[in-house]
Amino acid sequence: MTTPLAQQLAQQTATRPATPPAAAPAPGTPPVQAPPEAVRLRLYQMMVEMRDFEKRAYDLFLQGLVKGTSHLGLGQEAVAAGFGAAMHPGDYTFATYRGHNHTLARGVQMAPVMAELMGRQSGLMAGKGGSMHLTSVAHGMMGSYAIVGAHLTIANGAAWSSKLRGTSEVAVCFFGDGATNIGAFHEALNLAVVWQLPVVFVCENNRWMEYTPISSVTAVAHPAADRAAAYGLEPLLVDGNDADATYAIASAAIGRARAGGGPSLVEAETYRHGGHSRADPGKYRPEEEVQAWLGRDPIPRYRQRLLDAGIDEAVLVSIEEQSRRAVDAASSAAEASPPPDVSLVGANVWADGGASWRR
Amino acid sequence: MAEMTYRDAVARGITQEMARDPNVVLLGEDVGAAGGVFKATVGVFDQFGPERVADTPISEQAILGAAMGAAMTGLRPIAEIMFSDFFAVCWDIVANEIAKTRYMTNGQVALPLVIRSGNGGGVRFGAQHSQSVENWAMAIPGLKVVAPSTPRDVVGLLAAAVRDPDPVLFFEQKSLYATKGDVPDGEIVDELGKAAVRRHGKDATVVALAAMVPRALAAAEELATQGVEVTVIDLRSLVPLDVTTVASSVAATGHLVTVEENPRLCGWGAEVASIIAEENLFDLDGPIVRVTTPHVPLPAADALEDAAMPSVARIVEGVRRSLQ
Repeated sequence: MTTPLAQQLAQQTATRPATPPAAAPAPGTPPVQAPPEAVRLRLYQMMVEMRDFEKRAYDLFLQGLVKGTSHLGLGQEAVAAGFGAAMHPGDYTFATYRGHNHTLARGVQMAPVMAELMGRQSGLMAGKGGSMHLTSVAHGMMGSYAIVGAHLTIANGAAWSSKLRGTSEVAVCFFGDGATNIGAFHEALNLAVVWQLPVVFVCENNRWMEYTPISSVTAVAHPAADRAAAYGLEPLLVDGNDADATYAIASAAIGRARAGGGPSLVEAETYRHGGHSRADPGKYRPEEEVQAWLGRDPIPRYRQRLLDAGIDEAVLVSIEEQSRRAVDAASSAAEASPPPDVSLVGANVWADGGASWRR
Repeated sequence: MAEMTYRDAVARGITQEMARDPNVVLLGEDVGAAGGVFKATVGVFDQFGPERVADTPISEQAILGAAMGAAMTGLRPIAEIMFSDFFAVCWDIVANEIAKTRYMTNGQVALPLVIRSGNGGGVRFGAQHSQSVENWAMAIPGLKVVAPSTPRDVVGLLAAAVRDPDPVLFFEQKSLYATKGDVPDGEIVDELGKAAVRRHGKDATVVALAAMVPRALAAAEELATQGVEVTVIDLRSLVPLDVTTVASSVAATGHLVTVEENPRLCGWGAEVASIIAEENLFDLDGPIVRVTTPHVPLPAADALEDAAMPSVARIVEGVRRSLQ
């Protein structure tokens, strides 16, 4: 019998029993065992790059260069970074339409991601998918899924495959609080437990379903953690704005899955700084709630923690400058790319590369 | 050569492919130890064990999601959706995820998987367990759609579906499960998208699928006694669609009748009719006639269901109308 993760992590992370959600929960206890410095710098770098990337994507949207819709994870970077840093290269990521950060967290280059957002030939999928479907199989980024809930079941399949083939990949599946109220969430959790699959489900609870508070449409206070017991799982709550905490719980849950200990369900409490999607200024949220959460922004908070730990500020400044340069280069490269060749309309419906349905 | 039932042919086809390729796995409700609710997977569990033959809960989304995730990471799953009516509770995974992911990722993701499902009426199960939904699948780009009419074709087309690099929906017609036919010994592998001409006749072309094929053949027998000789084409797959075989037959006969279980609106026969009308109009010497189920849900009582589904008499009448 495995030791419950919550017990393992009791001294490390902000796991706590289910309580009604506060407007802004108290910051979690800083980890007793901080990750190694190299990991912490990597976490910081990932978060800074995600933030810079998405801010640029937003600017390009305002300039009319990023088309359609897209859903930003500004404010939620510590979840994607903590899990991304804890995953092994062959592991499988399944993300949602709010998946820019999770894609970058697997080491996918910024330029093809930005080009995909802009609908250019050099896009990650040559413009065939767009912001909501970022995929890079070569990086283990198995897709961003835009119909709420579906990909939890698909992540199970990848985990099942890993188990049957006798390999060691773990599937990590990210989803929002809203997904906990759709049937696929429950079907997927039940099957994952029954089949003891190497999969980690990560609920990013940003408190707002879309335009509606999740608490007003959900029977329990913690939409994921409070459902865990229904599937024989431990309730795992983590401060989703604390990269050390997300990294710790990710390492533990992924490690347990890889060791044959079965699935986990993690609820990371976080907040999106902006609206649901590009069209949404998010004005329905109480100003004091927004301000309280902006005060818990995972990036400045982590920066201060690293300084307190004695890391030279010049190192952090260098990470920040490098990130800005990388985003500049990525957006220039994307803007320089032509639109996709229209022949791609009929490409890759089938494995033969084409779209023919008749003979 | 052995005579076997359509249902036993399903198990034989699955067994043939699972024995050949260790990456082929089977999952679904009651498919394992129970041998399937239609007894179409009897013996597969005993031969391959619980790892490769996985019983699932009643969770159609979880079944198809598992099949998809497994297919994109190296396995070749055969998933069962017990009744094709149940596609309605997992259509997101089929139509939004499985069908579109290769395209949206510009070819990064391969989904070599098969979804088998008991399809169609004639077994008095009522409106929620009798639909013919192959036309739903046909309407979604990215899905191949197969529906065999004979035990031999069950084996050959199932093998082709399993080996195909794209997702295939494999419709097993429930009313055919008990029917028998000769199946050659040894490995059988067909090609998707090739229709079979089941009977040759000079006067009209009747195009049918699955359970409508034996019915069309019975109608052809009756018409022959009246001096009318019809060609009967078994489409075998809707995607890919063998337009060539249909068009060349129509060029010879000048008359086209389609026979489908689908309710009238947007049944597959409408697509076949429109293609022939658009591309082969001047080969036609009479109106194209579609024989379909009327646009109603299927009723349960035998007298009502028989009246709703295309009958031999209605097919005969349809051919007569096209010849007028």
